[in-house]
Amino acid sequence: MRNRRFLLGFLLVSLLVAGVGSYYASSHPDGLSYVAGTTGFDDSADDSPAAVSPLADYSVAGVEDDRLGGGLAGVIGGVVVLVLSSGLFAVVRRRRTHR
Amino acid sequence: MHVPDGFLNAPTSVATGAVAVVGISLALRGARAELDDRTAPMAGLVATFVFAGQMMNFPVAGGTSGHLLGGALAAVLAGPFTAVLCLSVVLIVQSLLMADGGVTALGTNITLMGLIGVGVGWLVFRGLVAVLPKRIASVPPAAAIGALVSVPVAAAAFVLLFSVGGEAPVALDRVLTAMVGWHVLIGLGEAAITGLVVGSIVSVRPDLVYGARRFIAAPELEVRTVTATGGTR
Repeated sequence: MRNRRFLLGFLLVSLLVAGVGSYYASSHPDGLSYVAGTTGFDDSADDSPAAVSPLADYSVAGVEDDRLGGGLAGVIGGVVVLVLSSGLFAVVRRRRTHR
Repeated sequence: MHVPDGFLNAPTSVATGAVAVVGISLALRGARAELDDRTAPMAGLVATFVFAGQMMNFPVAGGTSGHLLGGALAAVLAGPFTAVLCLSVVLIVQSLLMADGGVTALGTNITLMGLIGVGVGWLVFRGLVAVLPKRIASVPPAAAIGALVSVPVAAAAFVLLFSVGGEAPVALDRVLTAMVGWHVLIGLGEAAITGLVVGSIVSVRPDLVYGARRFIAAPELEVRTVTATGGTR
């Protein structure tokens, strides 16, 4: 498979998972929060100072619809991760040296 | 497995923060050897996929869920040092933008899922490919088993931190049993996803899978003799 086609396909799969698939994710507590609940240390959790973020808890402030808000938050988050990590890796990578 | 603020006391959080900073600096140095013009774009997409995969909670049993941590997956796809950076970017974005995982707990989460998840996943993978048949078909199952092991080890590492700096007085043996037990089950999901994704990419672009590079025969230089008329034979 050609490079560009492969990379675009991989990106599309990731954004589909974050933007569409995530709506169907299980809403049960994950392993850690479940164990915190059953063994009794759940109450020691504090609210994150980032709870005021417009994307807190994978929703978009002002968007009422769960499917739309969650999907948007997933796509925005995915794009932010892509931009930050690609930028970082472009700086860190070995460059071809032309002499 | 995102640890919220408050589970661990301030000294423990400062210590894991320092561990994370040291780990990230080592990873920045090591990733240079793993990344070039061809693999750097792939590594950015690996981070994006891990972010997406961490949103897909799958039901486990009895009202519990788990999600991909992605340490073994990222290490096999992009290389272990690059994987630490992938996980760190994902965890920083989740913590600051999504309020998923605490802010003072960021060092703890990078230590558990970035350093330990990636490190254990990669070491198990490397150990397995050393003993399995030297074929590219060994890469996906080795990655899956690395993934399976990495999750309960990261969970046990949390309990170790909790035993040092836990803010709530609870029975540690119960926490350890429950954490490791549930995370073995979550690890099975981690193994399935990791094996599937690594297997799919190995089948179309094995050259972009860091952990599969040694199985790809380097194209050999062909020696041709040129005849006087300029043709090759």
